[in-house]
Amino acid sequence: MKELTCIVCPTGCLLKVEKISDEWIVEGALCPKGKEFAINEMTSAKRSVSSTVKTTFKNTPRLPVKTDREIPRKLIFSLMEKINEVVLDYPVSTGEVILENVLDTGANIIATADLKNKLQEKTYE
Amino acid sequence: MNPYDVVILGAGPAGLAAGLQAHKSGAKTLIIEREDKLGGILKQCIHDGFGLKKFNEKLTGPEYAGRYIKMIEDENVPIITSTFVTDVSKDQDGFKLSLVNSKKGVYEIHAKSLILANGCRERTPKQIFIHGSRPAGVYTAGTAQYFVNILGYLPCKKCVILGSGDIGLIMARRLTLEGAEIEGVYEAKATPSGLSRNISQCLEDYDIPIHLSHTITKIIGADRVEAVEISKVDDRMIPIIGTETIVECDGVILSVGLIPENEIAESLDIKLDMATKGPFVDQNLMTLEDGVFSCGNALHVNDLVDYVSESGEYAGENALNYVKNIESKKERKLIPINYEKEKFLYVVPQFIDINSDNKRITFYLRSREVRNNVRIQIMGNSEIFFDKKYRFLKPPEMERIEIDLTDINHLDAIEVIMK
Repeated sequence: MKELTCIVCPTGCLLKVEKISDEWIVEGALCPKGKEFAINEMTSAKRSVSSTVKTTFKNTPRLPVKTDREIPRKLIFSLMEKINEVVLDYPVSTGEVILENVLDTGANIIATADLKNKLQEKTYE
Repeated sequence: MNPYDVVILGAGPAGLAAGLQAHKSGAKTLIIEREDKLGGILKQCIHDGFGLKKFNEKLTGPEYAGRYIKMIEDENVPIITSTFVTDVSKDQDGFKLSLVNSKKGVYEIHAKSLILANGCRERTPKQIFIHGSRPAGVYTAGTAQYFVNILGYLPCKKCVILGSGDIGLIMARRLTLEGAEIEGVYEAKATPSGLSRNISQCLEDYDIPIHLSHTITKIIGADRVEAVEISKVDDRMIPIIGTETIVECDGVILSVGLIPENEIAESLDIKLDMATKGPFVDQNLMTLEDGVFSCGNALHVNDLVDYVSESGEYAGENALNYVKNIESKKERKLIPINYEKEKFLYVVPQFIDINSDNKRITFYLRSREVRNNVRIQIMGNSEIFFDKKYRFLKPPEMERIEIDLTDINHLDAIEVIMK
């Protein structure tokens, strides 16, 4: 039996997971997502990854990005190498794909902020 | 010049939500932000987990801020950025604010009500009294986060983290991903300060050890950090002599707590609660100064941004209600919300205005210690208004309780009890 803290939501349920005759038994989950998380952890742990990419824009030298779905945990550092190769020299918006199907995981690296700060200074009288 | 109905100080998650709500409800609103970009600390919180309650989605900090910035733009909520508030004082309209920015220089505006959404600050090395010299390489977790995520600099190659607050845990993972080595996280308390899920996904995933009941007793190094001295502490968090070990590192990251930012509140002589370090407020989030409201991390340090936005919305709505009722001058009648100091870290709000029409009251509270299977009751005179059993109560995890308290005009206090 293994004890895990569920990371799906901030509740952070303490889960107990055990394989009994080819079936995973999960205790302590307050929702079905917790059960799914525990089984995944025991078979093929997956994570979302957030990081930043370089840009050539002076006032925003780094742009935050993330994987648009979870990738196998063991690929995280290989993924970081791919992310660190990127240098953005064109403006992107939130949600725009920056790297497609990275490491053949099916996950894309997408922007999580607008590179161009649309909101300029406004004054109101 | 015509006064604004509601002026909001700060365009982080609390201020954006407050401004949006006040503007949508019809108030003449202005949000003032000292930075050139909106979103406050969310800009540098690039990890995900934000917005599960508000948007029912797992968003990163910049995405969460982006949602609000989009709404602010769509609704045309007036905002001025790169502008400092240098002084606030009371006048016949309510409040006079002195502002300064590079476009207009120094100028004044007037407001009938104010919302303080200034957020919080990190406790600094000077506030925790570590011995040694003052070499480079000692950062608060938020500063390290700014270096890595906004500027793109790695502040250290091998570091120790003091304190197990959430930002420290998040930075342990972030620095590891960017190629730094985290020797360990040291926490003087016997239990971690951060959320359990962050211990799991930020430390355990990367085999970063956490040493509870340990602290840094000395920082060693002349120009740059070269090592730290670690000691065990006893149950009163006092270092035990003879337990010192030396750990080589070139960086020390501090995640030792956040303190609400209330310089402006203090300049108006607004009374602060020693438990939250934010102002005392009633259920409308109005401070003890009529017309001044507080929300978000300036009020008390939240663990979820969703609650920060929620308190901003309350403050925005209630500030406008206050402005609408200035003419009728209904005086507040405040009754205290009492709680056992040895069981709760704090309870917000601290007062209820029984003359207010707002009877739907949201309590935010934290247990002082980790507790299993306890009940929380909210009562007045032996009448029970709320009674719920909790499987776990942990200090890092705030509880939110919303109840209707319509018929409490005969009471002179509300009690919050844990048993």
